[in-house]
Amino acid sequence: MHIVVCIKQVPDSAQIRVHPVTNTIMRQGVPAIVNPYDLFSLEEALRLKDKFGGKVTVICMGPPQAEEALRKCVSFGADDAILVTDRAFAGADTLATSYALASAIRKVNAEQKVDMVFTGKQTIDGDTAQVGPGIAKRMGLQLLTYVSKIVETDLEAGTITVERRGEGGVQILQTQLPCLITMLENTNEMRFASLPAMIHAAAYQVRKWNKDDAGVEDVTKIGLKGSPTVVSRVFGPTPRSEKAEMLVVENSSLRDISLNLLQAIFTVHPTLEQDLVDKVSA
Amino acid sequence: MSDAQPANKPALKPAGRGRNLELSDELKAYKGVWVFIEHERGHAHSVSWELLGEGRKLADQLGSPLCGVILGGPDEDLDAFAKEAFTFGADHVYFMRDVVLKGYRNEPFTKGLTDLVNKYKPEIVLLGATSQGRDLAGSVATTLLTGLTADCTELAIDPNTRALAATRPTFGGSLLCTIMTLAYRPQMATIRPRVMAMPRAEAGRSGTTSEDTLGLIETTIVTKLLDFIADANSNKINLPYADVIVSGGKGLKNPDNFKLVFDLARVLGGEVGATRPCVQAGWVEADRQVGQTGKTVRPKLYIAAGISGAIQHRVGMEASDVIVAINTDPNAPIFDFAHYGIVGNAMQVLPALTQAFSAHLAQRAKKVA
Repeated sequence: MHIVVCIKQVPDSAQIRVHPVTNTIMRQGVPAIVNPYDLFSLEEALRLKDKFGGKVTVICMGPPQAEEALRKCVSFGADDAILVTDRAFAGADTLATSYALASAIRKVNAEQKVDMVFTGKQTIDGDTAQVGPGIAKRMGLQLLTYVSKIVETDLEAGTITVERRGEGGVQILQTQLPCLITMLENTNEMRFASLPAMIHAAAYQVRKWNKDDAGVEDVTKIGLKGSPTVVSRVFGPTPRSEKAEMLVVENSSLRDISLNLLQAIFTVHPTLEQDLVDKVSA
Repeated sequence: MSDAQPANKPALKPAGRGRNLELSDELKAYKGVWVFIEHERGHAHSVSWELLGEGRKLADQLGSPLCGVILGGPDEDLDAFAKEAFTFGADHVYFMRDVVLKGYRNEPFTKGLTDLVNKYKPEIVLLGATSQGRDLAGSVATTLLTGLTADCTELAIDPNTRALAATRPTFGGSLLCTIMTLAYRPQMATIRPRVMAMPRAEAGRSGTTSEDTLGLIETTIVTKLLDFIADANSNKINLPYADVIVSGGKGLKNPDNFKLVFDLARVLGGEVGATRPCVQAGWVEADRQVGQTGKTVRPKLYIAAGISGAIQHRVGMEASDVIVAINTDPNAPIFDFAHYGIVGNAMQVLPALTQAFSAHLAQRAKKVA
């Protein structure tokens, strides 16, 4: 079976700092990583390959340095890696991104038939969760988002059964291949890359596709031109005007501190006290 | 959302760089604010009412009607949801009832909402940023080829263009950006549960309804819903709607100390939350994560123990009524937005607080009785 996994290289958001005066992202020294949510999808794809044989192709749209993220995926066990990179893609929102990636996946499909596409649930920089559904709709693939478990894959019948996290419960869904799946986080654990695999990945020739290689037919649908959303303002969060009322443990006992806190809170918020009493009585 | 947009400029003007930002006359005819009303197993999701409250303000500003959209099975009591929607501000409700719409599935719901939009042409469509709403919004926006802004924290109408100005956190909450869809309609946005305040229900308020047909039959729908396993009540962690939350961070040093957080939460009848590092380390379940990549909460009381207050955490809880922070570092950023701060070791302060709250509440409860 042939599985395509779409990944994104993102700045590690946990380490991002914003310049306090200019409100700009300070990228210096912030490591670029494979979007953590993508790894749950990659691992699931690798497990399907382990079980049924075949091939996993990873695709990433991004600047030339995103090649590093693809190499990482190769070290985990991906067989083929394609970087879709072109200045014409710059400024793409999720609609334009899904167009470019869908074009590239169609190209991959022409080389070798694709049975399944995986994307991450969302990215940690954009956080939109929109590109996966976008690719599915553009390619007419069945869409299975927030999948917590692949229950059964029947290649002969061309069906797949999954558990999908819905609101208030789990849906058991069955669909036909080809389909697009986004995996829920913490549903599996990414395998370790072996030393030989890392050496293989370091020397691996990542294929680089520009917009023509990726089969983009309509240049008005990619990059800024193909993006209906316009970023009109970027700004930093406003600090709260009043400072916290501070209680320092060094100056008094823990018990006094606790009682002072309770008194302070309940004097200002008498309804909260009543709510808590009601809760405890119930 | 402009995912790949470089965020290294402080204030990007809506400059087109060759792209069309003018609304065509045909699209100018799009009128009305819509809210997709989400329901599952006989219960409407509260986020739908929160969105109606917000949608009402937008509709009033635009002088447009506020409409709800309810898709479901013919044997489901959708009329009850419509009645409730009217009390929260809806003027009109569009129904679509079909057996294939019983239980959420992407394909029939995408067709249903897309068809309604194409027929009635609303200018704004709002959905909850839930697993259902996000799945549907991304599919509908791509089918309609229009703009969609995810996880908005503020919605406003831009006075110059009358466009929806949707503000959302980006880069893990380090920055906020305002996004507009200028040359396309409808303008779509998702908003997480609890980001917007619950509106007050206006009893007796009513509205109009209309019915449309989906025109799909089961045999043409590829994906089958075989079963739905409802979460057992015992393992349901309803963080977004909890009144009291006690959260722990890496300052608790090890997973065993989380017991102290659970103790205080139990005394207060509250839920336990956590920061992303704690969830990633496997100290507590992922459903307990508060913040940008976790849940948004707005309890009456939020107690943060051993949490430094990174922006990723802050964006998920700063709307709480009362925030109490416990941290050993007097300069921790959490004290910049907490209402009460205790500078001290959470492992010592938590048991003291548990004791104090327990004694105080027991005494008050006795008085009442």
